[in-house]
Amino acid sequence: MLSRKASEDSHGQDSYYFLGWQEYEKNPYHLIRNPTGIIQMGLAENQLSFDLLKSWLRRNPDIVGMKKDGLSSLVLDHEVISYGELVEFMSKIRGNGVKFAPEKLVLTAGATHANEIMMFCLADPGEAFILPTPYYPGFDRDLKWRTGVEIVPMHCSSSNGFRITSSSLEEAYQKAQKLNLKVKGVFVTNPSNPLGITMTKTELYHLIDFAIEKNIHIISDEIYSGTVFNSPKFVSIMEVANERTSNMNNVRNRIHIVYSLSKDLGVPGFRVGMIYSNNEMLVGAATKMSSFGLVSSQTQYLVANLLKDKKFTSKYIEENQRRLKRRKEMLKSGLRNAGIRCLKSNAGLFCWVDMRHLLSSATFEAEKELWMMILCHVGLNISPGSSCHCYEPGWFRVCFANMSEDTLKLAMRRMKAFIDSTVSVVNQGKGCTYEQSVNAIRELRSWQMHGIRQIIGDHSDIGDWPRGESVTHAFRVLAVSNEER
Amino acid sequence: MRLLSTKATCNSHGQDSSYFLGWQEYEKNPYDEIHNPKGIIQMGLAENQLSFDLLESWLAKNPDVAGFKRDGKSIFRELALFQDYHGLPSFKKALVDFMAEIRGNKVTFDPDHIVLTAGATSANETLMFCLADQGEAFLLPTPYYPGFDRDLKWRTGAEIVPIQCTSSNNFQITETALKQAYEEARKRNLRVKGVLVTNPSNPLGTTMSRSELNLLVDFIKEKTDMHLISDEIYSGTVFSSPGFVSVMEILKERNDTDGIGNRVHVVYSLSKDLGLPGFRVGAIYSENDTVVAAATKMSSFGLVSSQTQYLLSAMLGDKKFTRNYIVENQKRLKRRQRMMVSGLQKAGISCLESNAGLFCWVDMRHLLHSNTFEAEMELWKKIVYQVGLNISPGSSCHCTEPGWFRVCFANMSEETLTLAMKRLKNFVVESTCTQRSALFNGTSKRKSLTKWVFRLSSRDHREQEER
Repeated sequence: MLSRKASEDSHGQDSYYFLGWQEYEKNPYHLIRNPTGIIQMGLAENQLSFDLLKSWLRRNPDIVGMKKDGLSSLVLDHEVISYGELVEFMSKIRGNGVKFAPEKLVLTAGATHANEIMMFCLADPGEAFILPTPYYPGFDRDLKWRTGVEIVPMHCSSSNGFRITSSSLEEAYQKAQKLNLKVKGVFVTNPSNPLGITMTKTELYHLIDFAIEKNIHIISDEIYSGTVFNSPKFVSIMEVANERTSNMNNVRNRIHIVYSLSKDLGVPGFRVGMIYSNNEMLVGAATKMSSFGLVSSQTQYLVANLLKDKKFTSKYIEENQRRLKRRKEMLKSGLRNAGIRCLKSNAGLFCWVDMRHLLSSATFEAEKELWMMILCHVGLNISPGSSCHCYEPGWFRVCFANMSEDTLKLAMRRMKAFIDSTVSVVNQGKGCTYEQSVNAIRELRSWQMHGIRQIIGDHSDIGDWPRGESVTHAFRVLAVSNEER
Repeated sequence: MRLLSTKATCNSHGQDSSYFLGWQEYEKNPYDEIHNPKGIIQMGLAENQLSFDLLESWLAKNPDVAGFKRDGKSIFRELALFQDYHGLPSFKKALVDFMAEIRGNKVTFDPDHIVLTAGATSANETLMFCLADQGEAFLLPTPYYPGFDRDLKWRTGAEIVPIQCTSSNNFQITETALKQAYEEARKRNLRVKGVLVTNPSNPLGTTMSRSELNLLVDFIKEKTDMHLISDEIYSGTVFSSPGFVSVMEILKERNDTDGIGNRVHVVYSLSKDLGLPGFRVGAIYSENDTVVAAATKMSSFGLVSSQTQYLLSAMLGDKKFTRNYIVENQKRLKRRQRMMVSGLQKAGISCLESNAGLFCWVDMRHLLHSNTFEAEMELWKKIVYQVGLNISPGSSCHCTEPGWFRVCFANMSEETLTLAMKRLKNFVVESTCTQRSALFNGTSKRKSLTKWVFRLSSRDHREQEER
């Protein structure tokens, strides 16, 4: 009765990324009302600088109240009112290393919409884009669901800090050929989600060379470009494309940027995204497609005036980055305290955390168990690397900008307590039978039991809930923690 | 290798139709009372600009709402972060109450069955994605809104098969026409997934009768996998009798004994009733849980700004305001329509009797020099370039009879409308005189007419190439 798209599962919303979210919703942490609840660390939101935005709003009541120019001037949808300000802001974030032209911009309802439009414009159903892993889980829906486009993952490894290499690009391309998939381009997120690192100039050169050789597109999702808080500074692919003059072979026509205010300004609810491209035909097609998700003119009006205030934007960018840097350091040192390292990062709202040493085995099943344990027993919702299509088990994305400092400190304390108990098990070489573990669990606080049983019960259809050694190990940890209480 | 996708390079966004072309001509030479008094008057845009003062005065009385405050406290943070595709609960509640009020509270809507989308444009496309696979078809009565060729077909790959309606019965849908369309689809090997109607109709400006609605419901009742989509975007613009009857009312009356409630879906938007197209507020309403679930996830691609959801939740939640607004807005629309109808009458032009919408469906068949679409195009070009009015030719709405035009009346001031009617009258008078003297004088005048018309056509051809 319904279409295939409506009835099938490829919207990707049954992955762990979304499951953890659901568990959090059932038992969310609150300082007073629910201090033992789950702390949300799986949401890449920037909540650090609202006070700066609020104070701007207070100083500009006429803009906010739409009194200055009257309602009629901004409710009609064929008015373009903020492109100039947006491109200047984009330029500012890139240290004014690139100049953007307003007529090459297309406004869309969020980067989610922009990315889908890019797929509709560049690829036919069944064609493919190469994406370096690990990548944002939402792409499985945004890029593939309604467009019919395929994703060919390009696996990056910790051996070189998850950097893109020419050989890994070529390998992915060959894999696509074997699967009979026509590759239309490479899609990168720079700065990277979930890695939190900016691409090096070398990586960008590799990309461009590859795009020239294969005659394909490059889409650079630069949604986190304003969150770069440490050196090396952010280098946009546009900057590199403009610098290089030789052998560019029309590739400038095939390089496109996606951006959004959701991460830099922390306003995902306002749905302000955009596509930037030198390719006139693409801009034309994308503009027509943007009809399916335009930005509310009420919001455009607010944003245009906000960004017009140059003094404000300069101060905001600087202060926001300072606060992000501080937060990241807090997370990093808290984890270090627990003997956990993360990938060295200079951007983003999260750290890419290395928990490989906590796995009972270098497998994704072990990663799932660890994730479940951290969710239920430690009370932190973090994102397992497998949901980001990471090739190596044991990596997790942990967000740091969507909570208060105190909550972050609490999360770190809980983590340390959990690690300490694990370490004590390993050191004491204590073992117990599966039955003993189960008994131990029965004595745990009822919410933990309930939580774990629920998850085991609800999601036992997602892969096999592992039995045997790995489970014994997990329950061992729980049994010991219970004894210590 | 082909640089862009097929979708990006093809023409099925329909944006080369005359509907959009006239718009472009207007943009090049727009009328302004002071700066450009001879410019083209925009009468091809179905916008409601008549009641902004009511909205502005509400805003002035409620400054906190636009200022992100609730009960004196700032909720900026909450709103800035709110991107839940289930929508702001208070807004959904206010919206369904408003929808019920527009329908005289004869039906109620459940907020859990509403999906918010960035405008009806997004809602219609989303429904297509949910109900039809590539290559499947929906039946649409003609004439219909030109934008549907893009909204329903472009990225979805769905097809539209027209249900031909004619002036012989005021363009109402008949059982014969419905069956013929279904057969036509079958001949083209297209699987029909349903019927989509706009009620009140764009471009006709009429509400559908109970018998038409029952006919449609009977039609999809028979075929178990067919849906009925009722785009009720103009439901709040009904200004005279007969009143508006929503398909939901018909279902309620029939007690839905046929169990088809699962296959009937309503699309709505605030763009026409409240005159806020820029705010991008649309909605899908469906009793079908699977449709609601899928459409909700798809709405991620076009969510309504939380800033706007909050503002409107307060505005629509103000029942005193909405009651007054609905009544006053309809009064003003009625007055405007009367102004246009009488202005047209003075020019010897009649229109379809209408009780809704922001436009009239105008009969200019008598001004065509032949009963063809070529003649309609010539007349249209004359009206755009010579008379200076951008109106929409019936062919762009897929009308089967040449000579009908959609003329909007709610997107300009009264003075501008008066001027437009005067220009039209002058044109008709002149053409009649010219025709008469051509007949009187013989060939010479006819030749000059032909040359002039030829020049217009070739200019357009050049412009076509430049596009």
